[in-house]
Amino acid sequence: MSNAVSASKVPPAPDLLYSDTELALAGALDDLLSQRCGPAAVLARTEQPEAYDVALWKALATEIGLAGLLIPEELGGAGASGRELASAAERLGAHLAPVPYLGSAAVATATALAAAKSATRPGGGHSAGQQAAGIAADLLRRLADGTVTAAVAVTASAMPADKFPAAVQLSGPQPGDAAAGIVRLRGRIDSVPDALPADVLLVPAEGVPNGLYLVEATGPGVHRVPVTSLDMTRQLCDVSLDGGPARQIAVGASAAAALEAGLVTGAVVLAAEQLGLAQRCLDMTVAYGKERHQFARQVGSFQAVKHRLADLWATITQARAASRYAAACLASGDPDIAVAVALAKSACSDAAVTAAQECVQLHGGIGFTWEHPAHLYLKRAKASSVTFDTPGAHRAALAGLVNLPAPA
Amino acid sequence: MSPARSCTPPAAPSARCGRPAIAATMGPVLDEENEAAQARDKVLAQERDLRERVRAFLAEHPPAQTPREDFLAARFDAGLGYVHYPVGHGGLGLPRNAQPALEDELAKAGAPDIDVRLNVIGLGMAAPTIIACASEEQKARWLRSLWTGAEIWCQLFSEPGAGSDLASLATRAVRDGDDWVVTGQKVWTSLAHHARRGLLLARTDPDVPKHAGLTYFALDLHAPGVEVRPLRQLTGEAEFNEVFLSQVRVPDADRIGAVGDGWKVANATLMNERVAIGSSRAVAREEGAAGFAAAAWRQHPERRTQDLHQRLLKLWAQAEVSRLAAERLRQQLAAGQPGPEGSASKLIFALLNQELSGWEVDFAGTDGLRYDDWAMRRDASSDYARGPVFRYLRSRGNSIEGGTSEILRNIIAERVLRLPAEPRADKDIPWKDLPR
Repeated sequence: MSNAVSASKVPPAPDLLYSDTELALAGALDDLLSQRCGPAAVLARTEQPEAYDVALWKALATEIGLAGLLIPEELGGAGASGRELASAAERLGAHLAPVPYLGSAAVATATALAAAKSATRPGGGHSAGQQAAGIAADLLRRLADGTVTAAVAVTASAMPADKFPAAVQLSGPQPGDAAAGIVRLRGRIDSVPDALPADVLLVPAEGVPNGLYLVEATGPGVHRVPVTSLDMTRQLCDVSLDGGPARQIAVGASAAAALEAGLVTGAVVLAAEQLGLAQRCLDMTVAYGKERHQFARQVGSFQAVKHRLADLWATITQARAASRYAAACLASGDPDIAVAVALAKSACSDAAVTAAQECVQLHGGIGFTWEHPAHLYLKRAKASSVTFDTPGAHRAALAGLVNLPAPA
Repeated sequence: MSPARSCTPPAAPSARCGRPAIAATMGPVLDEENEAAQARDKVLAQERDLRERVRAFLAEHPPAQTPREDFLAARFDAGLGYVHYPVGHGGLGLPRNAQPALEDELAKAGAPDIDVRLNVIGLGMAAPTIIACASEEQKARWLRSLWTGAEIWCQLFSEPGAGSDLASLATRAVRDGDDWVVTGQKVWTSLAHHARRGLLLARTDPDVPKHAGLTYFALDLHAPGVEVRPLRQLTGEAEFNEVFLSQVRVPDADRIGAVGDGWKVANATLMNERVAIGSSRAVAREEGAAGFAAAAWRQHPERRTQDLHQRLLKLWAQAEVSRLAAERLRQQLAAGQPGPEGSASKLIFALLNQELSGWEVDFAGTDGLRYDDWAMRRDASSDYARGPVFRYLRSRGNSIEGGTSEILRNIIAERVLRLPAEPRADKDIPWKDLPR
């Protein structure tokens, strides 16, 4: 029963439901992904040299507009928010779509957006800053129309609160660099997600001050070596830079803020993707429980099985609330975003790993085979729970955020 | 449990219309915007009318000069009790989400309101059952004094021999002229020692399968043959009661629903229990069990260890996420899309309360070995401020009361996930022939 007096003391929570626009977008994605990204096709691709489905990504980017969801309309994007970005990620996670949505449409796009914005802030408008912002804006236009795919060159386990990466440094300039507005980078970043299909890399480089640089991925002095990855549907690569040319898109505090914005967006989107994956694993396992007979009964009628599925369902209802809260905080710029990210990434990682593990176990023998897609979900789930750092690391971050300090 | 609930009218959520989604869906679509604007205008007009009605009522019944009971009775008679109750029975037949506007106007005028906690079973379970399943004459007889709190209600369902298997209950009601004569024993009855009436489920036909032989009544707890005894629990206190029924005469006029339809009516009660849990008020961060644990952590730096820190962070995060899940459920209900997520709430609530209070006892060290008082208290509801040991002991009941967690998992698996039921030996055998 409503109790208006006490309810009014509690700060109102943001909208945690799916809007009609989000539901429509999800429906369109499911249609396309069911046709072009079925389990057999995804499994077959894992044994081909091209781990990413570039044609599918082009279709998602241009036909559905996924690449430009976050990008404002004046730069050719959809002008949507973190909410739509997250609900689209749920669908991609459910289908294990081997596309660089996380790296490009979430992390790199949010990083470039923050870089483009930082130079337009009052006091930030010196000419070098404006030039850098112009490069970022130009990148955003090309990301929005799907002609370019980008990735931020950070190692998979990076977390928003981490200190600025020191893996890459400026190296000595070559004649004519200053006039051309370029610098040279040198260094190596291991295990970068979604960098393999990228045309452009955004590279954080240590220096005085630190900076964020745009590098053409296929340009001179850039080497990407594919990694045999636990996650067979999101192949990592090791990136090394050997004096290749780079252009600055943000510097100093702006560079750090842009990188943090990218990683925050990445964590929210990855959490949503894990939620979609968890729900799909539950759905597959429930369907199997109705279909598979042993002891002349459907195996889903045994309490030993159904109680585990009920617990998993309850876990997913919790993860969904956490994911929706993080997406809402991202969309509105809520100051609680750091707490929201810690909650969502830990809850959704745990839910996804549990769901994928239960999926393998409750499918019995078939779930342990190569031919059944359960292992692809397990590998994606486990790898994603480490990507953008572990549930434990995110919970540890809460200690400082909500005043539960560690023992002295 | 029976899926047939002819007497309950749960509003089916209208399917949300999907339109083709391409990048263009991010832009406005005029038809939908107009529809949404019209719906918004209608809600606003409804709220305006309601506020005017309340102001007119307040002019006629100035709260300062009207005794509380008279004011509440007049409110009920004017349809300003719960606006979602039917016209003529305390409401206006409006949606539930119209209620805050009414309460806002009353609060501004300093008008008295009912105490929901006083008659929690009456308001949460009895009233929805009466509205859905009772006759007009019964509604007129019971609802007003229920809503004002003049008559407290309790629920007489569980028995010593019928816990999870409620439909196997043995309390007998035998027809005798215009009355039924009821004999049996009920247990775990909250508020029975304050209640005037109880929702009673009794067996009227032992010769048919267990679900078919039940009938639902409203029992007058002041009738001869009703004895209420406190039931002491492992905390030492007695929140609940045992109710002994010896040859209690219940008029047939107090039967709710048809003879043999008791299971169907009971399902309406239990379904409303779930709705009531789901729509309870919004809570703040750290308002529940996590708040006790977090406060203890901040107060006692000298007790902190790495192990307790890891466990606390995990539990704090789970509690905050479960708070958000409850909020999301409330938003679903307010938007007219009730989801099954409510079934998860109780399961998670019980686990968290148990884990958090267990953590609190560990954190308390030797203080966790001391209890305040084992003496029997006649509490109507638990006082969670009694300390960590009390909370630890009391929380053991959370996964048992109101449906065990095991039964809840069956319900989630069978009703939400639509997994097949366990094969059952008791469904088609007359109740009297069941092994026991």
